[in-house]
Amino acid sequence: MTKAFSGRDASELTPDRMSTDELGPDDVRIHPDTLRSQAAISARHANPQLAANFARAAELALLSEAEVLALYEALRPHRATADELAALADRLDAVPASLCAQLVREAAEVYARRGLLA
Amino acid sequence: MSGERVGRVRFMDQQRVNLDGFAHVDVELGLVAVSSPYDPTPSLEVLEGRVVAMDGRRVEDFDSLDTLIATHGIDLSVASEAMGLEDVVFARLFVDPAVSRDEVVRLVAGTTPAKLARVVTLLRPAELMLAMTKLRARRTPSNQAHVTNRLDDPLLLAADAATAAAFGFREIETTVPVLADAPSNAVAVTVGAAVASAGILVQCSVEEAMELEMGMRGLVSYAETVSLYGTESVFIDGDDTPYSKAILAAAYASRGVKMRVSSGAGAEVLMGGAERCSMIYLESRCVSLARAMGVQGVQNGGIDGASVAGSVPGGVRELMAENVMVMARNLEACTGNDALMSESDVRRTSRTLPILLAGSDYVCSGFGTIQRYDNMFGPSQWNAEDIDDWLAMQRDWGVDGGLRTASPEDIARLRREAAEACRDIYRWLGLADFSDEQVELAVDAAGSKDLDDPDPMVVIGAANTIRGSGLGSLDVARALQECGYDDAAARVLDMLAARVHGDHLQTAAIFDDSMNVLSLITDPNDYAGPGTGYEPSPERQAEIDAIRQARGVEDLRADQAQWITRAFEAVGEAELGSDPREVVIGVSPGVGRSVWRTLSGLPVVEVLRELLAGLEEEGCKARVVRVNGTIDLGLVGLTAARLSGSGIGIGLQGKGTALIHRRDLPPLANLELYSMAPVITPSLYRLLGSNAGRHAKGATPVPARNPYTDEAIEARYHTSVIALVALERACVDRGLGNEHLKVTL
Repeated sequence: MTKAFSGRDASELTPDRMSTDELGPDDVRIHPDTLRSQAAISARHANPQLAANFARAAELALLSEAEVLALYEALRPHRATADELAALADRLDAVPASLCAQLVREAAEVYARRGLLA
Repeated sequence: MSGERVGRVRFMDQQRVNLDGFAHVDVELGLVAVSSPYDPTPSLEVLEGRVVAMDGRRVEDFDSLDTLIATHGIDLSVASEAMGLEDVVFARLFVDPAVSRDEVVRLVAGTTPAKLARVVTLLRPAELMLAMTKLRARRTPSNQAHVTNRLDDPLLLAADAATAAAFGFREIETTVPVLADAPSNAVAVTVGAAVASAGILVQCSVEEAMELEMGMRGLVSYAETVSLYGTESVFIDGDDTPYSKAILAAAYASRGVKMRVSSGAGAEVLMGGAERCSMIYLESRCVSLARAMGVQGVQNGGIDGASVAGSVPGGVRELMAENVMVMARNLEACTGNDALMSESDVRRTSRTLPILLAGSDYVCSGFGTIQRYDNMFGPSQWNAEDIDDWLAMQRDWGVDGGLRTASPEDIARLRREAAEACRDIYRWLGLADFSDEQVELAVDAAGSKDLDDPDPMVVIGAANTIRGSGLGSLDVARALQECGYDDAAARVLDMLAARVHGDHLQTAAIFDDSMNVLSLITDPNDYAGPGTGYEPSPERQAEIDAIRQARGVEDLRADQAQWITRAFEAVGEAELGSDPREVVIGVSPGVGRSVWRTLSGLPVVEVLRELLAGLEEEGCKARVVRVNGTIDLGLVGLTAARLSGSGIGIGLQGKGTALIHRRDLPPLANLELYSMAPVITPSLYRLLGSNAGRHAKGATPVPARNPYTDEAIEARYHTSVIALVALERACVDRGLGNEHLKVTL
């Protein structure tokens, strides 16, 4: 009963449907709920960090490719100022992507201390 | 003359190991494997649920690595128990089969980087092997392949990807000498892999952002070269931080793309940023970071820095210890053995063998399945030149190194189908046009030097079209379908569907060829001592044992039967001779019945021709007698000597060993012996005949010498010898006695 990002059931990802051009990129894209299920599995298997990664991934799953790439860029050394990172965190909170926002705030704090801001 | 080296030393200087770089320990540069005086003493201070000091640093002095590790990477509920364990007690837990993997993982989760580094440093090589056997995450071992070429030629990539899949690799990594070609490489390798097998994971190692983009578009199914470094300065030089990498990890997962990070000893040394710490300690920081980030696995074991580790004492041991740290932190381990760390075949084998024997999630983080010159990562520890060696080693030790024998027929068929499929879909997608001739060249190519200098603009053009049109694997699957490659199309679609399910995102996940996910969740390592843990299934064991070079007695019988002649005719019982110039040539029971050709490749008839010619040169008469009661060369020769008028006899076994005997000698003595059948030439047989004649006339000829050879004669010929002996024994019949043979030359 796993759904793709588009809402289509994974069992419908068949060559027949592909041959009639019914399938599109969002039919082969993971759904945030699936990532949360995988997070629960990891947590049950003594891996809270992998679970946290999947939980952050579930938030990012809703963002566009461009937004995800921009988020990654912003966290690279000397790319963003303190204000820009704070604003980024607020925007993430609004998605809602609060776990990612928290990671950005953590990064901002350590970047300030270590001279890694723009 | 003083200062000049003697010949023995000059000879040693020429050996390949002396091309390697060996370095004195230099702590200031971080050129030290496992203990530097500047490595911090393990420590952990927790206040109100927060880490305030770790490995000698206070929280206000934490760098970005420390911060991420301290905030996310340590299980504080076990930390005081783990940090309080004596290092040697902890080390014993790694090795003792009665202590479960779960227990080790539980405790290691509470350790700081410096603590874990100290513990694994105590493990000796045999203990590292036991620890690895127990601690890897997935029960079933697997292996990863490199598939690249100098020209980024798509047809060759597809054919080589199919070949790698045929040999059993479950992950294929490609990369590009020309960055812009990347999307084309990804497509070509995906197509080739899908032609050969379902469930092959494909990655294209390029710059981080580009790789993420390809992952998001489904052009690759996993990423690995998300690099971590053990000091902040080197991390920043790599244009990333632990936090940017953590988001990158989540980004891949957000599109259902599997990923692992890469680290490894020596990187910090090479970049001049090791901060006087040991390789194992810096690597321990990377492994702790991987845990803190929440990735599922790590590629380490030196990787590009492997030869740096290999240059210092204990360096190869450190490489294996790195892998054990990964496993102990409950991460998938892709265990090095990729970058070539020595010019010596002996040293590079020694670096890998313990890991092959212990087993790992991926024994090689890049077995170069193409030839060394086509490996765009640089030559691997193991390349196409070594595939048969690997298969033989698996069989020798009875271990599963992830590979299986692919028959020459299957390799040819799969290469053709892969090259044709690639040609067809590149045309259908408007990427490029390849000719039939180019397909043929790719199928038969042993490497890119066998191609006809394709136009590099064709590949860049194809890659740009892929990138510009947003083409993804769904389009590739559709194209395969349209071009009639239904199986390959379904397999590419299945790999896309896997992203929707996400089960392969769990720790240490691979797909078997029925698309079952084998991971820490579904196939956990349960090793607990002899008789437990992974054992190849009977089918898998048969696969391991059935290398294509193996021969049996029936194979040899068939080989021999191709040389049957009607030259031998038994014409009655052999009588006692009376002519003092007569020499009898005694032959073994299989001559003329089942053994027609000697180990040197000479037909037995030709050997007799030479022996008879030699005897004739000395003016002797000759008779050939088949001694049917024994295969023993000494007894055959002695029987011949006792039948001959001169008292001198020649003994000849069908496999080619020969001697000169005399009637009064003990059976196992002789006048001359040729024991190295594979290297006896026609002129040597003629000389044996002449010498027998001289003995018959009462002279004492200079004995013939067995020819010198430094070939591994036993390794080459012993299996044939066993089979030939079996054929001979089957012909033994005392009742037949000694038969006079008429030989028609």
